[in-house]
Amino acid sequence: MTIGGWIIMLVSTLSVTGLFGWCIWKVLTTEGEDEKVHGFEIETPDKD
Amino acid sequence: MSSKVPKESWNSRLGIILAVAGSAVGLGNFLRFPGQAAQYGGGAFMVAYFVALVLIGLPICWAEWAIGRKGGQAGLNSSPGILGVVTGQKRFRYLGIIGVIIPVVIYMYYVYIEAWCLGYAVNFAKGSMDFDTVDQAGAFWGQFIGIKEDGSALGFGWTEVGGFLLVVFIFNFFLIYRGLSKGIELFCKYAMPTLIVLAIIILVRVLTLGAPVAEHPENNVQNGLGFMWNPTKTILYERVADEATGAEKWQPLPDGEVVGPRMIADAQERAAADPNLELREIGMATQLLNPQLWLAAAGQIFFSLSVGFGVIITYSSYLKKNDDVVLSGLAATSTNEFCEVGLGGLTTLPAGYAFLGISGVAGMGTFGLGFNVLPMVFSEMPGGQFFGFAFFFLLFLAAVTSSLSMLQPGIAFLEEAMNINRKQSVAILGFVTAAGCAFVVYFSAGVKALDTIDFWVTNLLMVVLATIQIIIFGWVIGIERGFEIAHQGAAIRIPGFFKFIMKYVSPLFLIVVFGAWFYTSVLGFQFGTDEKKYSSYIVDLFIEPNRSAWLSVGVIVLTGAFLTLLTAGGVFKAKTIKEEGSQ
Repeated sequence: MTIGGWIIMLVSTLSVTGLFGWCIWKVLTTEGEDEKVHGFEIETPDKD
Repeated sequence: MSSKVPKESWNSRLGIILAVAGSAVGLGNFLRFPGQAAQYGGGAFMVAYFVALVLIGLPICWAEWAIGRKGGQAGLNSSPGILGVVTGQKRFRYLGIIGVIIPVVIYMYYVYIEAWCLGYAVNFAKGSMDFDTVDQAGAFWGQFIGIKEDGSALGFGWTEVGGFLLVVFIFNFFLIYRGLSKGIELFCKYAMPTLIVLAIIILVRVLTLGAPVAEHPENNVQNGLGFMWNPTKTILYERVADEATGAEKWQPLPDGEVVGPRMIADAQERAAADPNLELREIGMATQLLNPQLWLAAAGQIFFSLSVGFGVIITYSSYLKKNDDVVLSGLAATSTNEFCEVGLGGLTTLPAGYAFLGISGVAGMGTFGLGFNVLPMVFSEMPGGQFFGFAFFFLLFLAAVTSSLSMLQPGIAFLEEAMNINRKQSVAILGFVTAAGCAFVVYFSAGVKALDTIDFWVTNLLMVVLATIQIIIFGWVIGIERGFEIAHQGAAIRIPGFFKFIMKYVSPLFLIVVFGAWFYTSVLGFQFGTDEKKYSSYIVDLFIEPNRSAWLSVGVIVLTGAFLTLLTAGGVFKAKTIKEEGSQ
């Protein structure tokens, strides 16, 4: 593994991991998310 | 003109994100991506990969999410219905049919691969997977899937795929019948975190393997990571005479790539002793000049994110008017990227390399790496029974979350086109996909049917649909209006420079990718040489016609014709939309 390999591996993996973590944090902490949670009662109305 | 049936919806934002991410995360993340990266330049491939992510991955993803939600607001959930309503022109419905053909046809063979994963997980759990060589593992795989002759994959024993196929087929339709939130969403909410935890456990195991084969200390995890990530390739070249002209030229040896100080020293010795050998370093810049590398990187981004697949547009149509699509799209994309680059990129190839070295993993392809190399690696590894089970169960979960997503576009289409309920549409789709799957499983010799369908659907139809969608977003709806639609209820904003990218760069990039694929894979030309070499798929159809290949293309055409007929006589009646604010 060369130094270039280490750099590319670390930059690639850490950037996607950071973005993933930020997105999940943002989704879970965005104000008003609770308002968008719908009940289970309408989940498959076309089934009947 | 709304029916009395209320529109179904997602239960939470995290639910749809995990469902879309589940659709994208599949075998390609853990098996195809590492192989492609290593084959096309390692670190250099990653540069092209991230460029493609920004220029086509994210733009098409956001466009699909926005178009889908907009169509859903008009009460339509199928790709033909949505494209017809967002453009205001019914003829666009016919282009939208591609968004149903793709998932329905891919499901027909994907569920077969899903059954392989379950079968391998069960056999590892039973302790019956013990291979000393890759050939042994390959022989097991061949027997398991009936690779030798047509009709030989239909057995129902533990070491045959038939029983597992039946289980996964019923399991998929059981979940899809339960509907969006109680079926797809609920499953993805448990399956996705489980998948990530399993992948992390396997990652830790792989990264602590060291050099597991004492006689070959150069075969170690660090060199495996180097093979995957090094931006500069060190390759042994051989001087040969050109067959046509007789002129001398240098060409890389088939297994000429070397990684790590010991292999490089050996290669230097060989080169010093033989004037017809030369050790060359290929830098990142040189590799980035290779069009094939860009084509591979764009293709990987494209297939990995499941854009142009017909799934995101349907999934997002079940969102409410002010539900966010920008952050959700980014979150689903980043989940897929984390699984692919962060987990898949560090696990499978280095594991194979540590046991078999470069010759054992180079150019093995998705199935070769996944079902020949890795089963042997796991059976040789300490604790291999557990880790083998965990890995193939991980692949099984990834496959189920993907195959589930392939059914919903078909369900939505049949409901709308035929004005029937979910129960009826599940029954019809079940029959159609079962017939298609039976075809793929029967024509199992050389996995010809599977391979042919996969090639034409993923390379041709997906790129065409994605191009249609991005052109509709940027040009038919208009980029300004498109951004307005996307930003409605958005938790974050799409950076302004994406307007230029989505309007000009993404469509152009897609057209170039499509053109390059057509030039090389269909017309048989090669970049950088005058040599013309047809791909096996063209040979199977036009040069040495193969019955399985022609029948496979026939399945795609027949499915398309069936869906076109339904679209032509389709009802496409909008369902009532229950908005929270209006309740």
